[in-house]
Amino acid sequence: MRTTDSTRWTGALRALSAAAAWLCALAWLAPLAYALWASLHGAADETRFALDAPWTLANFVDAWHAAPFGRYYVNTVLLVLGILVVQLVLSTLAAYAFATVPFRGNGVAFWLVLVQLVIAPDVLISENYNTMAKLGLVDTLAAIGLPFFASAFAIFLLRQAFKAVPKELDEAAEIEGCSRLLRLWKVYVPLARPTYVAFALVSVAAHWNMLLWPIVVTNRPESRPLTVGLAIFAGQEAGVSWSMLSAATVIIIAPLLVAFLVFQRQFVQSFMRAGIR
Amino acid sequence: MSIASRHRLRALAPLAFAALAALSTLARAADPVELQLLFPIAVGGPLTQIMDKLTARYHATHPGVEVKAIYSGTYDETMTKARAQFKAGQPPDVLIASAVELFNLRDLDMIVAYEDALKGSDTSWTKRFYEAFMVNSTQDGKTWGLPFQRSTIIQYYNKDAFRKAGLDPDHPPATWEELRDMALKLRDAGGVKFGLQIPSDNFGDWLFSALAWQNGLALVSPDGKHAYFNDPRAVEALQYWVDLGKAGAVPKGSVSWATTPKDFIEGKVAMMWTTTGNLTNVRKQAKFDFGVSPLPAHRQPGSPTGGANLYVFKTGDTAKERAAAEFAKWMSDPEQAAEWSIATGYVGSSQAAYDTPAMKAYVASFPAAVVARDQLAHYTRSLGLHGNGRATAALSDAIQAALTGTKTPKEALDGAQKTADGVLARFQK
Amino acid sequence: MSRTSVIAAGAAAVPGTAAARARRDTIGGWALVAPSLVVIAAFTLYPVVLSLVHAFTAPRGGVTLQQVHAMVDDEVLHKVFVNNLVFAAVTVPASIVIALAMALWVNGKIRGRAFLRLAFFTPTVLPMVAAASIWLYFYTPSYGPIDRLLHVFGLPGHNWLGTPETALPAIMVVTIWKEAGFFMIFYLAGLQNMAPELEEASRLEGASAWYHFRRVTLPLLMPTTLFVMVVAMTASFKQVEHIFVMTRGGPDNASSLLLYYIYKVAFTFYDEHYAAVLTLVLVATLLLLAFLQFRVLERRIHYR
Repeated sequence: MRTTDSTRWTGALRALSAAAAWLCALAWLAPLAYALWASLHGAADETRFALDAPWTLANFVDAWHAAPFGRYYVNTVLLVLGILVVQLVLSTLAAYAFATVPFRGNGVAFWLVLVQLVIAPDVLISENYNTMAKLGLVDTLAAIGLPFFASAFAIFLLRQAFKAVPKELDEAAEIEGCSRLLRLWKVYVPLARPTYVAFALVSVAAHWNMLLWPIVVTNRPESRPLTVGLAIFAGQEAGVSWSMLSAATVIIIAPLLVAFLVFQRQFVQSFMRAGIR
Repeated sequence: MSIASRHRLRALAPLAFAALAALSTLARAADPVELQLLFPIAVGGPLTQIMDKLTARYHATHPGVEVKAIYSGTYDETMTKARAQFKAGQPPDVLIASAVELFNLRDLDMIVAYEDALKGSDTSWTKRFYEAFMVNSTQDGKTWGLPFQRSTIIQYYNKDAFRKAGLDPDHPPATWEELRDMALKLRDAGGVKFGLQIPSDNFGDWLFSALAWQNGLALVSPDGKHAYFNDPRAVEALQYWVDLGKAGAVPKGSVSWATTPKDFIEGKVAMMWTTTGNLTNVRKQAKFDFGVSPLPAHRQPGSPTGGANLYVFKTGDTAKERAAAEFAKWMSDPEQAAEWSIATGYVGSSQAAYDTPAMKAYVASFPAAVVARDQLAHYTRSLGLHGNGRATAALSDAIQAALTGTKTPKEALDGAQKTADGVLARFQK
Repeated sequence: MSRTSVIAAGAAAVPGTAAARARRDTIGGWALVAPSLVVIAAFTLYPVVLSLVHAFTAPRGGVTLQQVHAMVDDEVLHKVFVNNLVFAAVTVPASIVIALAMALWVNGKIRGRAFLRLAFFTPTVLPMVAAASIWLYFYTPSYGPIDRLLHVFGLPGHNWLGTPETALPAIMVVTIWKEAGFFMIFYLAGLQNMAPELEEASRLEGASAWYHFRRVTLPLLMPTTLFVMVVAMTASFKQVEHIFVMTRGGPDNASSLLLYYIYKVAFTFYDEHYAAVLTLVLVATLLLLAFLQFRVLERRIHYR
């Protein structure tokens, strides 16, 4: 008796949970679904959900011609990947030192690094702008990326990962005659792969979304990333045109979304295998 | 650490710098021999293309000069960009920015007067513009800004909704009382959600200055050093606005500037107050019979002027400043002024613009086009003050606080006045 | 002394080489951290110092407490400060809990798993600017989808972004929507890394699913939770894109956050000195929160 009761309960709970999951998914998908709808309809139908509303591709053509999205895209990719690559290189080196080299003053150095974990360069826009102006870098991609080239978060995570590397492996490699940097490359980096994957995702997501700092430090379309281009494209004051904006949005995310759909399995699996320590 | 590994280490540092250098060269491929024009857009419509058309035409008629028009977002963002570029030593050459910024641009010594940029040339053409616009553009006997996309606030109304509510579609509200009564009638007749919408989340200070002016008060002094935000007439005007909300004549809370035209076009509101700069956009999109009228009067009729001027940046390069001033003048010539006005709804900056054949034909086909211009007869100046917009930002906050019911109009405006006095004190010395 | 140098010291029988090794370690160590330190010094430490200087100097030179006095009296600052604390206190736990729920859903044997996963993931690829513009439409009174939905149920519409009571919550919803899908990925990774034998063992022992979740899954996900918490906490103080697009901080600063206010003071009021004071307030807040977080983190690290 008791078991049937409890299974019935579990069954009900499971159904409820599934319903909640689906409801949640629909809510989560709604903005993108709307963007797709609006991008394919004229301005007059963008807020009406009549199924017989005429479909059009005009928004895509207009949006594409209204702003240099191709250029913005290239900029964003360069920016995001550039930041990530430099971050990974610099942070690996620093984390390696903190984890394995007992150098004098490492405590002080580590605390200095940790300051950035707390105070992200994002919040220091005003002063950093002045620095960029002095360096003559205003309005360049380098200016957008430079403050993020070092990442305390990456250093912290990698230091943890490196510390967890079994010392036998390190010693074995040393006995084989591997130099310290070679050991970093052969032993530590492969073992810290999960950390790299997790951090890469955070870094890419953060800089893909970044708006305030680039809006401050760029002037010309040539150096604008997508977010800035989109922000001024959607310029609130101009009176919103959701169909155009949606078309621009779809243009922007389509490559990513298609890539995700195609590589979904690989992406999820490689990330799954990664995990975080 | 082995010697080899240290070598590898040294090899890594330049790598990072190489990446940096690659990034920066990629971003800097601009041609320096051109004029840079920064411009904002605050109304709907595909205006960047029209701007590109104008600059291309200038290049065609003036082959030695190429103008690169850079759309830089909203009015605020455009000012931010201009100032940032100026500070970084790479100022734009021509800037289209809000008329209220004149004091700030001059306080920061960012712009040159047209008389100075065009020294030795005849500048009597600066007298051709409407006086209402020039009060925000001239100072110390010199011309600092040329009116470009200047405006007044006008009242758009849905004639179909008027008919439905049994109101005369040719008699839009002309007094505060009529405004409230008609708005309520329009709402009660159904079809629309609200009778009237006056945006307040953005440009709320500007729209409020219309109410204050109709109640007999200019909110700022001509020299930009004094604000009269808590004058009893201002309090009364804000109370009127708050009461409109309480009565249900306008939506409760803060109303979006960006969606107001859309709300009107969607038939959600029967009347809206907004810039004439949206006229063409509304005309193209509205599926119903609509009219525009001057704002209603209380103690007096009228509206503040708004919109943006053309400014020439102080680059130190007199040849460039001259070229920039010549381009700006061309932009404000009657033909271009007429073209921009027809494309947007902004007021043509001079009578000469209205005398062009294109404009005459346009006005003949669409008489509503001159409503905003005719309202200039009862203008008050734009809300220009020293202190980088901080005083007017406090006013905007106060208006929102009163409209959302968190403060009484008196409390809210007293607070704004206090902030304004603090900001302006150092300019009053 | 770390193990490497212990080994080194043991291997090197000749006295004096240990000292040489230590010196080489120190040079090498600093060389390795130098690139990162230079960047951090230039774009984090130096600006903080600069803020300190600016905060206590007058625009025309000379030491002053003027800005500090202004800060004490600044009602807007008080408002955005409280807003930011509320914002963090709500969005951080909410997005974590929802992210965990999502991860459990798509990790289980639910129907349409791939679709759910895609749905939860979409906010991650939508740049905040675009998402916020679309949400702006969702919140539009009367013809926005939310009000329409309410209308279907016979409920009155609401001016979500134009009312002080709902403007910040509306922004928080967007934040949670955006973050939860992102954090889900990390939880999913954590769940997939868990040995299936654990659940088997729990079942054999007759433990309920809830008990298993609370006593096994949750503790094992602790590192992920801490990781996500740090990311979320930082984000709650540096993410202002949605405010930029949706409310510009209004009405009457009801939805403004610290960083947005700093941007406004620095880049529309051009008051560098006051912006410096505000930056210090933000920095101090972050340091305090970090101190609290760090203690939790440290305890967790000691466990390992």
